[in-house]
Amino acid sequence: MTDIGFVRADMVDARPAPHRTSGAVAWAQKNLFATPLDGVLTVLGAIFLLWIIPPIYNFFIGHAVGPAGTVEECRMENAGACWAYIHSEMEFFIYGFYDIPEQWRPNIVFALGAALLIPLLMPKVPFKRTNAVLFLFVYPIVSYYLLAGGVFGLKPMPTEKWGGLLVTLIISVVGITLSFPIGIILALGRQSKMPVIKTLCIGFIELVRAVPLISVLFMASIMLPLFMPQGMTIDKLLRALVGVTLFTSAYMAEVVRGGLQAIPRGQYEAGASLGLSYWQRMYFIILPQALKHVIPGIVNSFIALFKDTSLVYIVGMKDLLEAVKTKNDTALEWQSANTATTGYLFAAMVFWVFCFGMSRYSIYMERRLNTGYKR
Amino acid sequence: MTTLDTGPAAAPRVSFFNDPVIRGIIYQVVVAGLLIAFIAWIVGNTAANLAAQNKTTGFDFLWKTAGFDISFSLLPWSRASFYWEAFLVGITNTLLVAFIGIVLATMLGFTIGIARLSSNFIVSRLATVYIETIRNIPLLLQLFFWYFAVLKAMPAVRESLALPFDIFINQRGLMLPRPTPDQEFTWVMVTFGLAVIVAIALSVWALRTRTLTGRYPRQIVLAGKAADACITFLIAFVALLVLLAVIFPISNAPMLAAILAVVIAALSVTRFAALARGVLSFVIAFLILDTAIGGMFSSLPGFVTTAVSAAVALVIARVVYSGALERPPSEARFPLALMALIVIGVPALVYWLTDATLAFEVPVLERFNFRGGLQLPPEFVALAFGLTVYTASFIAETVRAGIQAVNKGQTEAAQSLGLKEGDRLRLVIVPQAMRVIVPPLTSQYLNLTKNSSLGAAIGYPELVNVFAGTALNQTGRAIECIALTMLVYLIFSLLTSVIMNWYNARVSLVER
Repeated sequence: MTDIGFVRADMVDARPAPHRTSGAVAWAQKNLFATPLDGVLTVLGAIFLLWIIPPIYNFFIGHAVGPAGTVEECRMENAGACWAYIHSEMEFFIYGFYDIPEQWRPNIVFALGAALLIPLLMPKVPFKRTNAVLFLFVYPIVSYYLLAGGVFGLKPMPTEKWGGLLVTLIISVVGITLSFPIGIILALGRQSKMPVIKTLCIGFIELVRAVPLISVLFMASIMLPLFMPQGMTIDKLLRALVGVTLFTSAYMAEVVRGGLQAIPRGQYEAGASLGLSYWQRMYFIILPQALKHVIPGIVNSFIALFKDTSLVYIVGMKDLLEAVKTKNDTALEWQSANTATTGYLFAAMVFWVFCFGMSRYSIYMERRLNTGYKR
Repeated sequence: MTTLDTGPAAAPRVSFFNDPVIRGIIYQVVVAGLLIAFIAWIVGNTAANLAAQNKTTGFDFLWKTAGFDISFSLLPWSRASFYWEAFLVGITNTLLVAFIGIVLATMLGFTIGIARLSSNFIVSRLATVYIETIRNIPLLLQLFFWYFAVLKAMPAVRESLALPFDIFINQRGLMLPRPTPDQEFTWVMVTFGLAVIVAIALSVWALRTRTLTGRYPRQIVLAGKAADACITFLIAFVALLVLLAVIFPISNAPMLAAILAVVIAALSVTRFAALARGVLSFVIAFLILDTAIGGMFSSLPGFVTTAVSAAVALVIARVVYSGALERPPSEARFPLALMALIVIGVPALVYWLTDATLAFEVPVLERFNFRGGLQLPPEFVALAFGLTVYTASFIAETVRAGIQAVNKGQTEAAQSLGLKEGDRLRLVIVPQAMRVIVPPLTSQYLNLTKNSSLGAAIGYPELVNVFAGTALNQTGRAIECIALTMLVYLIFSLLTSVIMNWYNARVSLVER
């Protein structure tokens, strides 16, 4: 019997791992020095970072005066940000001229809002419907009476005294919750087959979108009182709210329209063939799909609204930006070279945290809801 | 036998109120009626309010003397001017800041948008940080920051920050030299216009010929080679002159620079052209880096900056050199240098021949303030800068989205056709990306124009500030002033959307 087979008796040694495919060096090779041009860009970028980071670090932390510091330290040569100023004026930035002994009322409003909103935003928490009803219908009424007072022995607190972050949050929350349904109605109206309603909606949307928010706010603050019957005054905060809400709802309508147009005709027809009425069709079939499509656009509108609340400053409202600017200009006991810069940086950080948070949340929701079209 | 009933089926009997057509009509009548009633109510209230305040209405105030000052105006303005002139001043100021903002934001935005897609980690992260920071902070806050925190912290007039070319920055804004062309200079401008037309016509002809025959016309190629050498000489001469002035100050530097530049220019027409480009890019990169690093880290000793810049410049030169080695021969390249020479050289020749002068009126520091020159107020500087920085972050995202929207298959198809990187971008990727980029880009331009109204908050006299602010307060004609202001923005917006619809119709894909 001849030996025609070959059976290897000993194992071949394992090959060495491929040269540098993981680890810091390989990463740097791939992301920093892939080509000579990349290398040049990396070096230039590194030079830029070396130049820009130390002064920024020194301003914010290194040479900054902490919350416990004094104004003398802020006035020293080379001093960085004056966080002591922010710390001492914090109450004004949050509540404005709201009476200090009464500040527990806005605090309760903040706490209640957080307690209702956070579970609403977390998908896994149950009782969404109850929660939503509480947040959208009960909470505004409770908050209004708590803040304005005048009932149950609470000291009346006119809206002129409200200010700071409180007003910024009120305008943005009310604007967001009201502009969303109005925007949906406008978008549906624009898609309507009834010519009068369609023309009205298109006219409103295009007119509002064509002009800057300032002019809408000017109109709300100057012309709204003219439009009302004699002797009837409208609260300034309410005027700003009307302006912001109308403005945002026009943008929201266009975002929602994008979603409506992305829904195939078959969905509308399927709903009709089931015998559903128009509103049932919209509520159960079309809107859930359409809104899911345009979550990024909706959140973008919310972010834009939140940033735009700062414009109410121009028509004389006292929001966070106004509070910071007022203190920058008038707090003589805190005057130093960096006071104004620190104030604006603080306001910028507050706005940034809210807006960035919203955009991250929208990315998270988009991933979560992206169920139907994943391949 | 049964008979088939072929007659028309009677319409199903529905009650009058359930007929969708009739229902629709009823709804619309109700809505229209409510709206008309609402408007009538508002008009009645307004009329009553105005009557109670003893105010009149109408646009006759436009022909009355305004009597207020406007701090910055392109049109002639005095206190004796009329309200309609104030209206025009507001519009021109809005358009001016919007135009400058749009140009600068486009450049910055495209750079950052492309940087964000870079495969280089540091570059893309820097772009991301820029976008995410700027986008999430209100524009008004940014304007306040630039205006009240940064510009107010600028040095006082006497200690103005002096930049090259007689540019000064201080608390009162930006002072630039003002060009004062004389009469002969008109001819230079005319020649410049003609030269641009000639250059465009030549390019079109050359490209058409190449499409038809496969190569550029012979005359163009020859002229292109000469122009190449010419331009190389000019660039090399200037770069070497500066280098010699910075590094080795010797007596007859211009002579030496000229000789070296001639050598480089001569090299650039031989087969060692790549070498010439490498040397030239080394000189330029070294000069820029040395100045920039020296300015950025003033505490570093001179030899360190020189060594670092030389090292980086060497790598850049190496990159340019190997890129130049792969360039097609000059016969196959678009004669860019020729066009540049025509556009710049011919007017320069006329400038020299006609003895025209283009003097610059330099801002001069006098006892209390600068005199002469072009003085841009700090409101304008802050507004233009803020709008640019803010809008650039949105444009960058638009650009990124547009480029990412082009299917990867398109890149691969272009590669498989054998197109080079540059041609691939120019012929395949960019045209398709532009179709996605342009519509949102235009709406960003419109946003920038609308956002320029925030200048009212820092006192820049644009439309809202002048007309819906000062003029409204002086005349008390609230309805007329706000209506006119809104009308202007409405016209801007409608014009933009007309142009956009035309563009979309032109570039949209024709599908089966």
